[in-house]
Amino acid sequence: MKNKVKKNAAEASARYIAAFCAVIAIFAVVSITVYMIIKGTPAFASVGVPELLLGTIWKPTAAKPAYGIFYIILSSVAGTAASVLIGVPVGLLTAVFLTEISNRHLAAVVQPAVELLAAIPSVIYGLLGLMLLNPFMYRLEKIFFASSDTHQFTGGSNMISAVIVLAVMILPTVVSVSASAIRSVPDDLRAASLALGASRIQTIFKVTIPAAKSGIMTGVVLGIGRALGEAMAINMVAGGSVNLPLPFNSVRFLTTQLVSEMGYAEGVHRQVLFSVGLVLYVFIMIVNLVLQKLRKEAKENA
Amino acid sequence: MHNLSNVQLTGKRRKMTDSVLYFLIYLCAAFSVFLLAAIIIYVFLRGIRNVNWGFLTSVTSARRGTVGIAGNIVNTVMIIFLTMILATPIGVGAAIYLNEYAKPGRLVNLIEFATETLSGIPSIIFGLFGMMFFGQTLGLGYSLLTGSLTLILMVLPQITRNTQEALKTVPDSYRQGAVGLGSGKWHTIRTILLPSAMPGIVTGVILAIGRIVGESAALLFTAGSAKTLPKTLAAFFPKVFQSGGTMTVQLYLFATSEGKFDAAFGIALVLLILVFLINLGTKRLAARFDVMRKK
Repeated sequence: MKNKVKKNAAEASARYIAAFCAVIAIFAVVSITVYMIIKGTPAFASVGVPELLLGTIWKPTAAKPAYGIFYIILSSVAGTAASVLIGVPVGLLTAVFLTEISNRHLAAVVQPAVELLAAIPSVIYGLLGLMLLNPFMYRLEKIFFASSDTHQFTGGSNMISAVIVLAVMILPTVVSVSASAIRSVPDDLRAASLALGASRIQTIFKVTIPAAKSGIMTGVVLGIGRALGEAMAINMVAGGSVNLPLPFNSVRFLTTQLVSEMGYAEGVHRQVLFSVGLVLYVFIMIVNLVLQKLRKEAKENA
Repeated sequence: MHNLSNVQLTGKRRKMTDSVLYFLIYLCAAFSVFLLAAIIIYVFLRGIRNVNWGFLTSVTSARRGTVGIAGNIVNTVMIIFLTMILATPIGVGAAIYLNEYAKPGRLVNLIEFATETLSGIPSIIFGLFGMMFFGQTLGLGYSLLTGSLTLILMVLPQITRNTQEALKTVPDSYRQGAVGLGSGKWHTIRTILLPSAMPGIVTGVILAIGRIVGESAALLFTAGSAKTLPKTLAAFFPKVFQSGGTMTVQLYLFATSEGKFDAAFGIALVLLILVFLINLGTKRLAARFDVMRKK
């Protein structure tokens, strides 16, 4: 009898405990959003919205401090765009190889390689970029700017290094999402195209990829999110001066701004860093919303 | 006649485009393999000289002239333990609710939306939030606990999603059979569904551990960077409330402010081996899981 009561109590409470666990995700998102807004907005009031967002001078510790983060925003947008422009074609073609071209044996080499690239911690990519890419970039820099009086030498820590590291880091995401999108294209389409006399390549690029478009777009948007949010690796290779995002400039991104200055910033400087976090958060939320919309569309199409 | 030669021409051009594209496809696929091989070889060659027993079991000390990561290894293990011991039940509980209890509707949509959103937030934002909320508002400061609480939010979606997938593969006849025999819902979940879904749950947990091993941005401003090793067993408990840098954070410091690149490559090698083992483990599990399903 007693046992039964205990059992009923367990049956009744399990439901609520499980529900509580599930609701924690909502609490987390709400509190993160609220905190980002509460901490991120005061600087807009104390510095001024246009001065902060459109200002190009970043001198937080000067006697007359300036807190313009326009170049930082620009660098993040440009760096993300450039890395996606490189990473997406390479990733898409790799996905095509895995799904349409390769035999089992070759796929058994390429597929795990891509998965392992995804598993490598970002600090290792940063370390490799620092030791291999930066010296190479410095050599190029010395050649290109040998006669320039205005160029500030960076020792190779520049925008290109960061873009290359980012492109490599988003590659696995693009490959795996595009590959599964291509796999889900029905074989009838391929068969019909081949029967009409199209070559294998024509079928892939004119039929299969267009049919997998929404899935591939999901991969692209996921890649954009990854690139925007990556912090440690690019902090190690991008130099770190607030600059226009030109290829051989040392640059700051929204994320690297946080990594490199959060440790010691105080007062208004600290507030502004929280605003940088808020700007990044807004970007990420936009990417997230687009992503969820794409996924919904893909689900409805399926 | 004129037409025919035209056809010939496009045919030739088509063959050209085809071969160029074939070449590019093979090139891109080879790139990933070469890149991975190059990374492994380079990290191995530069790291192997520094990874020895002393490196793994001592603490960096200028006085004794040692460079070691024992403290960071302990910190990493403690953070994994603290995070997973809370994140696993919460994530599994959430999946149980979504799959077994909840009826489709607004709440479920909201929870799924929140889980998706959470998985899209970059780790630096988690770090910022963890520092503000757990570190400052709750007064936990830079500590392993602050780091772990932050990471719970980060790995939660992964565990929830994997458990959900695993629960979905359990046939409905199992549920009906159990209920038909008079079993309560929770009893069914506990004795039938969870054991059947266990490989999927374990896979999710291992993947989450892998993510923690490689994480750095979320920990820099929450768990801090201390690298001391507790001297006695009793000293491990207060460590929870003290600052402690994981291996990745130490790698970052070695490679930037401390300028000890050899030691950084030592950690990189240890990390590479760890994440590859974790990857292999999840693959093995998934393969076994598949075989069981097919039977």
